[in-house]
Amino acid sequence: MAVIESKAKIYEGSRIPQPIPTVLQVDKEKHKLEDILTVNFGPNHPSTHGVLRLVVDLDGERIAGIAAVIGYLHTGFEKTMEQKTWWKCITYPERIDYLSFQTNELVFVLAIEKLLGLETPRKATWMRMCLSELNRIHSHLVWLGTSALELGAISMFWYTFDERDTILDLSEMVCGTRMHTRYFQAGGLAEDIPRGFYDEARKFCKQMSRAVDEYEGILDANAIWLKRTKGIGLLSADDAIALGQSGPCLRASGVNWDLRKNMPYLAYDEVDFDVPVYHHGDVYDRYKVHMDEMRQSVRIIAQCVDRLEEMEGEPWIADDRKVVLPPRHELHTSMESLIHHFKIVTEGYTVPEGEVYVVVESARGEMGCYVVSDGGPKPWRVKFRAPSFVALQATATCMTDAAIADMIAIVGSLDGVMGEVDR
Amino acid sequence: MAYEGVPGLVETVEAHGEVTLVIDAARVVEACTHLRDEEGFNFLSDISPTDYLGWAAKGVAGYIGTRDGRDLHAPGSQGMRRVPDAKPKRFAVNYHLLRLADDPVRLRVTCLLDDGEEIDSVVPVWPTADWFEREGWDMFGIVFRGHPNLQRILMEDDWEGHPLRKDYPIGGEPVRFSGEE
Repeated sequence: MAVIESKAKIYEGSRIPQPIPTVLQVDKEKHKLEDILTVNFGPNHPSTHGVLRLVVDLDGERIAGIAAVIGYLHTGFEKTMEQKTWWKCITYPERIDYLSFQTNELVFVLAIEKLLGLETPRKATWMRMCLSELNRIHSHLVWLGTSALELGAISMFWYTFDERDTILDLSEMVCGTRMHTRYFQAGGLAEDIPRGFYDEARKFCKQMSRAVDEYEGILDANAIWLKRTKGIGLLSADDAIALGQSGPCLRASGVNWDLRKNMPYLAYDEVDFDVPVYHHGDVYDRYKVHMDEMRQSVRIIAQCVDRLEEMEGEPWIADDRKVVLPPRHELHTSMESLIHHFKIVTEGYTVPEGEVYVVVESARGEMGCYVVSDGGPKPWRVKFRAPSFVALQATATCMTDAAIADMIAIVGSLDGVMGEVDR
Repeated sequence: MAYEGVPGLVETVEAHGEVTLVIDAARVVEACTHLRDEEGFNFLSDISPTDYLGWAAKGVAGYIGTRDGRDLHAPGSQGMRRVPDAKPKRFAVNYHLLRLADDPVRLRVTCLLDDGEEIDSVVPVWPTADWFEREGWDMFGIVFRGHPNLQRILMEDDWEGHPLRKDYPIGGEPVRFSGEE
């Protein structure tokens, strides 16, 4: 299937507001003549997915103007990372997006490895894929639970958090922590995969495929859910590309684009999965893409587990003592290992001079990481291309002609995680 | 090379499997329009400005001990590593482009700027540049000429300074109180 089919042009012309693409403005004349009410929504509002602030101009029930205001969660991650050694920086990207932490960690580690020219063992590659997909499901579950909650379907929240908990249990089993795992290292994984993980992962796959059908059964049979999501928040394929949308938003607008398929990284070209594409570009289609993606992720996890089981006993991290910490037990017997350990932890390893831009398909879309190294042990510049940041640029376009009640559904469907938006 | 026809092309750099086009900053809109229309780069992934103040100089963040440190990849050599080449100008604005089609390609377009130098906005070329350029202004103080709404985006509207500049101190920002005049 082609990336963009000709029939993807479902709406005539562009709906992107002029002259500011991200702000829907009310005519000054109209503002005077008609009864336009300006309402401030957020930043502390339970339906804004964090601390998003929207300044809305209302014409009765309809939205006449909207501007998204962000930055309330800005913590200066990029500045902080410039002060830390490469080795210590790995903990930061995961904290940027607290739902999709594993993929964020992955993109930064891949960037370091690209600059270092470091090869990772295949066991690490497959485990990274497995955990990324688990993380994608985790993120989609939280998205589904909270988005449905905002539209009044409170029970979804409890159901999704059940499966989410199973994923966090798996995460705890592998990494020792439930979130912000720091399990990926430059060169591979921090630890070997624990015994019993494969069985638990298989059990989860079974539970999850049943659960997705259940969620869909609950929501697709719910007239309120259908009325509140269908035909709302329209975004055409051309507008989505012009606004830099990626991930589920883009695929719901009829663009068959997934970095895992179109520009494969890790070993995604060796696994069997489909990319769900829907063509209406409304909130309902975004929901459908999320649901189908969870099914596909389960398929990928099952294949990863099968492959990983064959790799029992293989190394999980590259054998490069200048970058990778020596095994713990060697520290008691080997002087060289102790020195290497000391050097990596205190001074850090140096990364050759250069700049790279690495992307992965995170749960929210194209997660990019631009890294500049001056050859020292600290990054010169780290920039994250946060998919949520870009997704929120589409609010004005999606909200054209929407009613105030739809606003919640639309903001939810764009799936912005404010930690990632503000970084 | 494939990108010879790009207006304002200064040089083409290939490293780590990535292609970088260094473009004359004055012709960035022309070059980007050409890349979008002729080369099919319909998707702007990212705009990442970088501040190279103190690049390849002594005592900057990133170096411990001697100016260039030891080459950890050649143990025992004790050889001094090459210092990175100095950059001709202080700022670099990097545009990461993607051809979102059946034959996907990534490309980086770099424009070099001095402090205080302005660059044309690419919002008319790719609407998604809106927030990226606002972030560039907010974090680096780079003025994107012709941007329809060049305001601070992540920091407060009345913030002083541009935090990602290399001369912006870390941990030294004053604590502000709302009642303060």
